[in-house]
Amino acid sequence: MVVSTKMALDGAHAAARAMQQINPDVLAAYPITPQTAIVQTFSQYVADGEVDTEFIAVESEHAAMSACVGAAAAGGRVMTATAANGLALMWEIVYIAASMRLPIVMAVVNRALSAPLNIHCDHSDSMGAREAGWIQLYSETAQEAYDNLIQAVRIAEHPDLLLPVMVMQDGFITGHGLERMEVLEDSAVRDFIGTYKAKYSLLDIDHPITFGAWDMYDYYFEHKRQQTDAMSKAMKVIVDVGEEFGKISGRSYGIFDAYAMDDAELAIIVLSSTAGTARTSVKELRAEGVKIGLLKPRVFRPFPAQEFVDALKGVKAVAVLDRSISFGAMDGAGPLFLEVCAALFAAGLKTKVVNYIYGLGGRDIFPQHFAQVASDLQDITATGKVKSLVSYLGLRE
Amino acid sequence: MGKLTEIRWHGRAGQGVVTAGELLAGAALEEDKYFQSFPDYGPERMGAPIKAYTRISDEPIDVHYQILSPEVVVVVNPNLLGIVDVTEGLAGNGIVIVNTPEPPKKIRQVLGLKGSKVRVFTVDATAIALEMLKRNIPATLMIGAIIRATKLVELDNVVHVIREKLGAKLRGEIVEANVKALHRAYEKVQEG
Repeated sequence: MVVSTKMALDGAHAAARAMQQINPDVLAAYPITPQTAIVQTFSQYVADGEVDTEFIAVESEHAAMSACVGAAAAGGRVMTATAANGLALMWEIVYIAASMRLPIVMAVVNRALSAPLNIHCDHSDSMGAREAGWIQLYSETAQEAYDNLIQAVRIAEHPDLLLPVMVMQDGFITGHGLERMEVLEDSAVRDFIGTYKAKYSLLDIDHPITFGAWDMYDYYFEHKRQQTDAMSKAMKVIVDVGEEFGKISGRSYGIFDAYAMDDAELAIIVLSSTAGTARTSVKELRAEGVKIGLLKPRVFRPFPAQEFVDALKGVKAVAVLDRSISFGAMDGAGPLFLEVCAALFAAGLKTKVVNYIYGLGGRDIFPQHFAQVASDLQDITATGKVKSLVSYLGLRE
Repeated sequence: MGKLTEIRWHGRAGQGVVTAGELLAGAALEEDKYFQSFPDYGPERMGAPIKAYTRISDEPIDVHYQILSPEVVVVVNPNLLGIVDVTEGLAGNGIVIVNTPEPPKKIRQVLGLKGSKVRVFTVDATAIALEMLKRNIPATLMIGAIIRATKLVELDNVVHVIREKLGAKLRGEIVEANVKALHRAYEKVQEG
């Protein structure tokens, strides 16, 4: 039976609440807007004795991730949180955490990277970290941010993976947006995540081992092969954990959230909070007789290529919305678009796919933008021609 | 979709606008409704004009964008009139609630709403706050005026949330002063 409490929480407090219930051994973090409320709230839990966590207030994000790596290598269950430039400053150690196969869980409250200085939402921070070897889950709401964080612990620590997980939510829109959500009982979360016993631990002095050793051209390549193999196994684990989570919460999770896709001829693909607005627009367009659907990927790393191919079979035209730019990529496209194109091409599908860059630096996106996207897709199916591969929504030209 | 009400708040940073939105959301939760409450953050500094938004609905709310066409506008700081276009996008039969010692008729004139179907309400929440709370924090008292004008949630549910939320961090007599001030604001609302 599902027992939960309805609460009014914003995404940052929802994440802090999940962390409190997870009760990690170590949390090392440095505050940065709009993630600050997570660290601030969690440190209050520490001060009030509501968690057993060793909270390490560090001098920078580089130090935060370094402390996480040390604590995780010592066998601890370890978490942190950051955003934007904080994630950028962690960079070196983010890559090392994954490469050392340390199951660290990090909450990321998506924010634009400087310059110019901007505290509002886009996905340039986590998308910049997409090749670092972390599993990436994106959340639409505070509820999903909370649910994904709890599941992330199980995913990261799965013996087939031992990979770190980042859980994203949109800065301010979700992070500072108060909404109705359900919080599970502490005991339900505790039972779901179980206890963590690291396979290898620096502190296990009876079985001394080396972490982060010197690795020449004799073995480095093999280690990277093992790492990428582990990532390939992650999708099944993510799906299994998502189903199991449904049993304790009533909310099952998969790779996508698909809406009205069954007979869709047109499709919109978009991550995180914008998917909510898109869903409402798709509902209205359906009422007008437009055969359009929505795919909201929850998992970006590993990239669900085969699942995209299956979901988009039969669709005539697809719009992929990106909240970041891959500078210098084909036509300045965004990373989600490029991955979708690669997946469809490799599968031999000739679906027309176009890209829209939107929402950089927190620029808002409204229903009329989705109406415009739908109209463009209808033009493409009518004429068979793509006028513009990459366009911009809500931009002053 | 059930009845959705969209509210835009105008205030100055530090006046409790975000807290007011939270309390209203808390009351909606008591009534098993759905809600969103979110500020529009710029460079944060005390006294800067700020906007915040609240949505309340009987059904889950999917959309995530700023409210451009509110049914209700709440002006927490009267000196924003003339500086900020507070009625921008307001529905033709919408509601404006202003914290001011002026009568509604005067505010209707200031806002250029003579002959309009927009309903105008006023309450001197600042005077009530200064007298009963000894601090210039009028935002939460505006909830009393919102309820009087819209019947959006029950006043008792706001009182319950105030006791629960403020009770966790403030002394009992301060919490009760807030409850009394909320009732006073509710009673003193004028329409015109």
